[in-house]
Amino acid sequence: MTTVAPPTVRVKKGSTTSSGGRSGAVSWMVLPALFMFIAFGIIPLLGVLFLSFTQWNGFGEIRPAGFDSWRAVLSDPGLPHALWVTFLVMALSWLVQTPLSILIGVFLAAHKRYRGLLAVLYFIPLLLSSAAIAITYKFLLDPNFGLGPGLQSDLLTQDWLGNGTLALGVVIFVVSWQFIPFHSLIYQGGVRQIPLSMYEAAEIDGAGRVRKFFSITLPQLKYTIITSSTLMVVGSLTFFDLIFVLTAGGPGDATRVLALDMYQTGFRANLMGPASAIAVILVLVGLALALLLRRLGGGSNSDSQLEGA
Amino acid sequence: MERRTISRRNLLSLGIGAGAAAALAACGSDGPSGGGDSNTGGGSGGGASYWFLTGQPGEGIRSNTVKRWNDAHADQKITATTFQNDAYKTKIKTALGAGQAPTIIWGWGGGGLKSWVEAGQVEDLTSWFSENAAVKDRLFPSSFGAATVNGKIYAMPAETVAPIVLFYNKDAFAKIGAQPPQSWGEIMSLVPRFNAEKIAPFSLGGQSLWTNMMWLEFLYDRIGGSEVFQAVFDGQKDAWNHPASIQALTEMQKLINANGFNKGFASVTADSNADQALLYTGRAAMMLHGTWTYGGMKADGGDFVSSGKLGWMNFPPVEGGKGDPSNTVGNPGQYLAISSKATAAEKDAAKAFFKEAVLSDAENKEWIESGSVPIVKGTEAAISASKDAEFLKFVYETSSKAKTFQQSWDQALSPTAAEALLDNIGKLFQTDITPQQFAQNMNQVIGK
Repeated sequence: MTTVAPPTVRVKKGSTTSSGGRSGAVSWMVLPALFMFIAFGIIPLLGVLFLSFTQWNGFGEIRPAGFDSWRAVLSDPGLPHALWVTFLVMALSWLVQTPLSILIGVFLAAHKRYRGLLAVLYFIPLLLSSAAIAITYKFLLDPNFGLGPGLQSDLLTQDWLGNGTLALGVVIFVVSWQFIPFHSLIYQGGVRQIPLSMYEAAEIDGAGRVRKFFSITLPQLKYTIITSSTLMVVGSLTFFDLIFVLTAGGPGDATRVLALDMYQTGFRANLMGPASAIAVILVLVGLALALLLRRLGGGSNSDSQLEGA
Repeated sequence: MERRTISRRNLLSLGIGAGAAAALAACGSDGPSGGGDSNTGGGSGGGASYWFLTGQPGEGIRSNTVKRWNDAHADQKITATTFQNDAYKTKIKTALGAGQAPTIIWGWGGGGLKSWVEAGQVEDLTSWFSENAAVKDRLFPSSFGAATVNGKIYAMPAETVAPIVLFYNKDAFAKIGAQPPQSWGEIMSLVPRFNAEKIAPFSLGGQSLWTNMMWLEFLYDRIGGSEVFQAVFDGQKDAWNHPASIQALTEMQKLINANGFNKGFASVTADSNADQALLYTGRAAMMLHGTWTYGGMKADGGDFVSSGKLGWMNFPPVEGGKGDPSNTVGNPGQYLAISSKATAAEKDAAKAFFKEAVLSDAENKEWIESGSVPIVKGTEAAISASKDAEFLKFVYETSSKAKTFQQSWDQALSPTAAEALLDNIGKLFQTDITPQQFAQNMNQVIGK
């Protein structure tokens, strides 16, 4: 990635000027992206921060309100609950998705024609919109007219979305069903990057399939796992459409995640101030998690993964 | 690696940016025209825009009214755009906030209308109604309550009256050899008898929450009279602590715990009409629901309605309760407001549309044919002549003879209080909270 050159003073000087000129041209090309980022990333973020210190119903006058919204949000017992549900969805869906995605990814990585066909089939859930998936599952899980009563199976005839624990389970199942294909694809790419020579060497040493998986594939996938986990964890903070359509946060508040709490507060209850405060909390939690995951990846990203290869 | 991560993050935000841009664009435009003729030709000038809800039969009738108007008034065309119910509630708020509201704003009156009035977003129609007394006098007087804020009228009542009534399946009652309940006590004693026959006593689309709310509306009224909720509406401190309130909530949880509702009711939404299906397939014996479900059961239930298997009655009294048994709850009408941001020409077009096209004879005929009662006086003859005469007469009499016609709570209260109400109703029906906790939570949002 970076060219390693003996750092002599002369070379350094030269490279600074020349790379300075080149990076000047390059940074100019970054401007459109930067503009978009500021216009649609930074400015709305500042707007939300500003709104969290005001009182606004969404269409009337915006009145400054100091820390009122923050006090209201932080003293509301709904906030720790929503945080807990968000965390549960995040942790459980990670736990379900990661092992399955790795296994499917490894399976699909092999260059065999029938696996290519299977890959296409596995990919189908990703083509559907979350709302469509949620509506379909809602019909399938209907306690009176759904799949269970249709097949006259008592096991499948549960109060799937009406019992808090089951509803949370259903949300995690559907989320996993929807996103495992995507993460499998990432792992498939990751596995294909692993040099074959490492497997050959292991075979010469007499390693079996399982040993090769745990000693070569898994360690080599470290950064892929971190990438995929970051996407999963940060993505799960913003789960909204699926849960909104599937359970609307119910029953009671059993599946009321933070993003949904924000929407209900802002657009249903017309409390834009507290909703903005929740949004700020959401951003902070997301940033903290992303940073944490990057730390877990190890401070020195330039460490070779191919030691001993 | 470092660099790649950063660029990925940029890419991500770009993606978010594009999404936001699309959303903004969607907010900014008036959107595609849903029904009727679209008014794209220049020069017509004096037209107006009108947003309303999808869903038959209302959507077709609203579109027909717009079409009739446009055919007769080429110079004042109305451009109609339609939205699905829940999407509309959010869309209209953002549009009002962005100054992009349509000229004619379809709504439910009550607390939502009040919040628009307080934000100065809708036109005061009081003087217009006094100048056009004929428009006002032909409508049900009870329909004006939810259009009035601080003594002034801010919306034109429109469309139909929809009280909540107790529907029942006559076959289910014949099966256990019982009569429809005449009191709350009889309801409670019917519950185990139906359950023994594997028939759900009541059908409920509990995920929608406002469906559950209808039960509380009646229990509060029958036990404590209309003044119990009136105190909440008036913002009296700790009004939810009223003994009748606690008693009503306790009775509610008794019915839930006695398996009074279909199994898994919290998984069922009213939007899917699965609650109606339970009733007409005979898997539930009774259903407390708005009169608008009559049309749905007639259309989807095969010969259930036409062969007379569907019965209906007002909610029975509760033993020892103070409420007048003629009282009812529901929607006293729908409401059309005019945006205060519209131009004078647009406002004129809208007012002329209210006067001539809204609830015209042709529109009333369509409402009656669809199985609803328009909020216009003197339709008795048309109702008697219709195919659903028996049901429509019942709706007409229930609405016009009710001593109090309480607007649905979630419409009457402010959006902030309504959201807290639905949230707590969800928990109450899950028996996550006690009646006392419910009252305590709701007392906190009184007057908000």
